[in-house]
Amino acid sequence: MTVYHDPNKPRHVDDRVEVKHPVPEGASAKVETTEQIAVTTPPEVCGMGHRMKRKEDPRFIQGRGQYVDDVKLPGMLYMDIVRSPYAHAKILDIDASAALEMDGVLAVITGKDLEAHGLHWMPTLMSDTQMVLPTEKVVYYAQEVCAVIATDRYIAADAVENIFVDYDPLDAVVDPFKALEDETIVRTDKEVQTNRIWHWEVGDQAATDEVFANAKHVVKQYMHIPRIHVASIETCGMVANYNPATEKMQIYMTTQAPHAIRTVFALVTGLPEHKIQIISPDIGGGFGGKVPVYPGYVIGAVASLLLGKPVKWIEDRSENLQADSFARDYHLEAELAADENGKLVGLRVNGLADHGAADAAANPSKFPAGLFSICSGSYDIEATHVNFDAVYTTKPPGGVAYRCSFRVTEAVHMIERLTDMMAHDLGIDPAEYRMQNFIQPEQFPYKSATGWEYDSGNYPAALKKAMDMIGYDELRREQAEKRERGELMGIGISSFTEVVGAGPAKDYDILGIKMFDSAEIRIHPTGKAIARFGTKSQGQGHETTYAQIIAQELGIPANDIEVEEGDTDTAPYGLGTYASRSTPTAGAAAAMAARKIRAKAKKIAAHLLEASEEDLEWNVNQWQVKGSPDQAKTIQDIAFAAYTNHPDDLEAGLEATDYYNPPNLTFPFGSYICVVDVDKGTGEVHIRRFVAIDDCGNIINPLVVEGQVHGGLTMGLAPAMFEEIVYDEYGTCLTGTFADYLLPTAVESPKWETGHTITPSPHHPIGAKGVGESPTVGAPPAIANAVVDALWHLGVRHIDIPITPQKVWQALRDAGVSD
Amino acid sequence: MIPGEFDYHSPQTLAEAISLLVEHGDEAKILAGGQSLIPAMRFRLALPGTLIDINRIDGLSYLREENGHLLIGAMTRESALEESDIVQSKYHLLADAAAVIADPLVRNLATVGGNIAHSDPANDHPAVMLAYGATVMAAGPNGTRRIAIDDFFTDLFENSLEENEILTEIRIPTPAAGTGGAYLKLERKVGDYAISAAAVQLTMSGGTCTAARIGLTNVSPVPMRAKNAEQALVGQTLTDDVIEAAGQAAAAECDPSQDLRGSVAYKRDLTRVMVKRTIRKAMERAN
Ligand SMILES: Cc1cc2nc3c(=O)[nH]c(=O)nc-3n(C[C@H](O)[C@H](O)[C@H](O)COP(=O)(O)OP(=O)(O)OC[C@H]3O[C@@H](n4cnc5c(N)ncnc54)[C@H](O)[C@@H]3O)c2cc1C
Repeated sequence: MTVYHDPNKPRHVDDRVEVKHPVPEGASAKVETTEQIAVTTPPEVCGMGHRMKRKEDPRFIQGRGQYVDDVKLPGMLYMDIVRSPYAHAKILDIDASAALEMDGVLAVITGKDLEAHGLHWMPTLMSDTQMVLPTEKVVYYAQEVCAVIATDRYIAADAVENIFVDYDPLDAVVDPFKALEDETIVRTDKEVQTNRIWHWEVGDQAATDEVFANAKHVVKQYMHIPRIHVASIETCGMVANYNPATEKMQIYMTTQAPHAIRTVFALVTGLPEHKIQIISPDIGGGFGGKVPVYPGYVIGAVASLLLGKPVKWIEDRSENLQADSFARDYHLEAELAADENGKLVGLRVNGLADHGAADAAANPSKFPAGLFSICSGSYDIEATHVNFDAVYTTKPPGGVAYRCSFRVTEAVHMIERLTDMMAHDLGIDPAEYRMQNFIQPEQFPYKSATGWEYDSGNYPAALKKAMDMIGYDELRREQAEKRERGELMGIGISSFTEVVGAGPAKDYDILGIKMFDSAEIRIHPTGKAIARFGTKSQGQGHETTYAQIIAQELGIPANDIEVEEGDTDTAPYGLGTYASRSTPTAGAAAAMAARKIRAKAKKIAAHLLEASEEDLEWNVNQWQVKGSPDQAKTIQDIAFAAYTNHPDDLEAGLEATDYYNPPNLTFPFGSYICVVDVDKGTGEVHIRRFVAIDDCGNIINPLVVEGQVHGGLTMGLAPAMFEEIVYDEYGTCLTGTFADYLLPTAVESPKWETGHTITPSPHHPIGAKGVGESPTVGAPPAIANAVVDALWHLGVRHIDIPITPQKVWQALRDAGVSD
Repeated sequence: MIPGEFDYHSPQTLAEAISLLVEHGDEAKILAGGQSLIPAMRFRLALPGTLIDINRIDGLSYLREENGHLLIGAMTRESALEESDIVQSKYHLLADAAAVIADPLVRNLATVGGNIAHSDPANDHPAVMLAYGATVMAAGPNGTRRIAIDDFFTDLFENSLEENEILTEIRIPTPAAGTGGAYLKLERKVGDYAISAAAVQLTMSGGTCTAARIGLTNVSPVPMRAKNAEQALVGQTLTDDVIEAAGQAAAAECDPSQDLRGSVAYKRDLTRVMVKRTIRKAMERAN
């Protein structure tokens, strides 16, 4: 076993303490799996389960969205950034004189300028530090070197060409395994001169080693989960608007977590927090890439502060792809053990995380490798041990949780690949093998060897449904026939378990801020409502789904509820949207706040009906006297009364806020099956069919869930077959445009065939779990397993993603197959 | 991604455009569909001082048959090839290529003349025109001249147009009876340039191949014909072995470089596979 850890460095051991938080009232005590989506409100109300069209779409479809780049303020200035052509180099001199002589150029900001204000470094969300602008050396290609502020976007771009930087190139550190040797130190600013960042362990090593010593079958594989980029269609940007008269800093910003950003800005800059307003308007995709603070944001804010004028900074595509946080980039050496009956018994992992020039991940603080330790997946495995190290290299800092709940994608890919390998080695059909090793429905709540308590699940049901839908047995027969004829066809399965909804206050925080989330609902006198949240939709459809949750609880039509997020001056504090946490946290808060309102509404209804509260029952949208629905007050009647005729002993108004601290995470799951045909001549892989059965607990809006699944599957296809950030030996990024960073389009995407089972979360107030990331997590191993399945009889055991035609061609030619 | 400063001219006639070219010399660039030039300018890889936009010159966009040739005006958009009955019914090789160049948005603007004039071995039309044995018409201050396609491409992004010449037309010989052509391209995703692609134009007579021209895309620094592969076919009955030999000849004579699209070995072997498959398709069409 390779252990990358330096014995002299302190070890972080996962020390999660089990604390039971009270399960909210109304959560389903007993959990059963169904397929029928429960709908208990009429279409006018459009509560949970209705296929309501997204409320936000009319404005997007008509081009009426308001994105950061749409913000135009009087007197606004523009910023452009000079970036490093080297991955690692000393900065000898920055000559900005020619730029400063240009008409319209107001300032050039360098690291030295920021140093004067103590702002040349900033903290990352992982309590590491990252350069805002360098004073001594650059540590990644396309790093921000200095910035130009000009009256016009075009002048700013021309000025960038007129700034001459003198570099003294240093050796790049590209290979993370080389980085471990500490020959060239990336972070010379650190007290200890090493490239090692942290070491982390989970699970019982001795028990795991013992299981392995006694195991009959072991499969072992090194795999790389490649470095990829979220590549959201909207790049990052801001308009910083400091008003010297009011001393208020207003920042329009592409951020998924406006409140956390406000607090970080306050702590870093020393500006009072009430004088900072972060506005996250419409966001064109975030996927984790808009959680971190990038240097450009800080420089733009400083520029506005110094010049007293609004400053706009919008990255171009190449800047976004080359310098913003990457995702993944885990090197895994993994072993899976089974006993003589083929039962899975042990899992042992050595991981190496390449973080680039700073650990700028966005995990909860306690979890340096995120929630990777969910890696035993959907299987009942006795012992698991995970060993992880992280290193600095001369690449951009990261890595973010790209449409994935903190490193779950890496974990799922690993366990699903290994399980498939084991099944193939044992000569057992991979579907049957999974069925045999699944955590069984009666084992829930299930406690895993790495300390997770899975809330609910029914893995056989989802796999069975996927197999029926795709016609599994028939496909296996076809495969056998084709193989006889020398044709290559493969069937791949992925039965993943996600872990989302961070998280319980005890264990989950970001920079110390607990990972609750919030909802505030105000009912207007005419029965319409506004609801505000601490999260921030970037395309997830919150304006629709949150409204449906409230409609479900209060009977106010979803169309009568305005959902607002993203303005820190008005929204309640929350940690934002990423890691599929919005429904598990803020969605729960919406239900809880609505229930508080319903409780107050009951008092008003009792007053209006001159009945006692005990005699009232709730019915869709009204409090009624038990058994006599015509003796009732609708929520609209009650809302009006709350402002016009409320009981003397009650405050006026009808509103409530809830800060929801989830008792546990939620564990969505699913089974995906992929069928591929492989071209022996070119190595091309054609995905013929892809069936995805997802179980995200109770479904708020099937249309939105399907949309999320389609998008997520496409984002799972992407790293499986197309996307990878590639560097040359000098650390130069070779994939800085969409000509080389290959986003799949509708043409490359198969027809996604989706379906669901419903196994509610027992602890979530509406039994929901979160779904946005399941497909991104689940899809890659289904595709990889299908390709390897097509080639297994040729001796191919594994191909690292992205599975490009060249890699398949190589495997085929190595096996002596050609066309 | 903001281009450097440049002057812009929009002449109404060819003569005016040529005199602007004469006036501005190597400072100037012709702007056709802009689908290669503008990206290069946005990355500041191209920094022309003057742009001469030829989109407003009438009479440079047409597709018609004349004297045994298909005449393609330089400003003919790729999408026009896709929509042309003549091209679709008789010029299969050209039709195949038009459908796989970039994506529909790009094809609405990109021009056939620009594709040739750009002389990028990654572009699809150079190989197509080499396989057709096309002729390029160039207009300059001293009138119009014709350039055989075999003499046109001189180096990476270089061709035999003079600095003050404009490519005005491309002429493709109308396929004779028994002639068939095809273009097959492997790309990493839609809109990508080829990893490797082959253009084949064959004439068959009673089971024997009597003429063959093969062009290759993106596997050499200069757009190339696979002449050894052609020779392997001419005079032969196209058996599997003969086709394999042609494929292997093409793999040997191409000169790819390693990049994100693949290694040299992969591109050579892929060229073998693509050439073989394209020959088979062209054969079917020839019969
Ligand atoms: C996303 C994308 C994908 C693409 N994929 C492909 C592909 O798969 N295959 C492919 O073949 N191409 C592809 N292209 C390139 C596209 O086909 C270009 O349009 C083509 O290469 C140039 O044609 P144009 O009319 O746009 O020329 P321009 O970009 O306007 O000009 C290109 C060059 O040719 C010169 N020029 C243009 N017309 C003339 C003329 N009449 N006389 C003299 N010089 C002239 C210009 O000065 C310039 O140097 C792609 C482009 C994009 C943006």
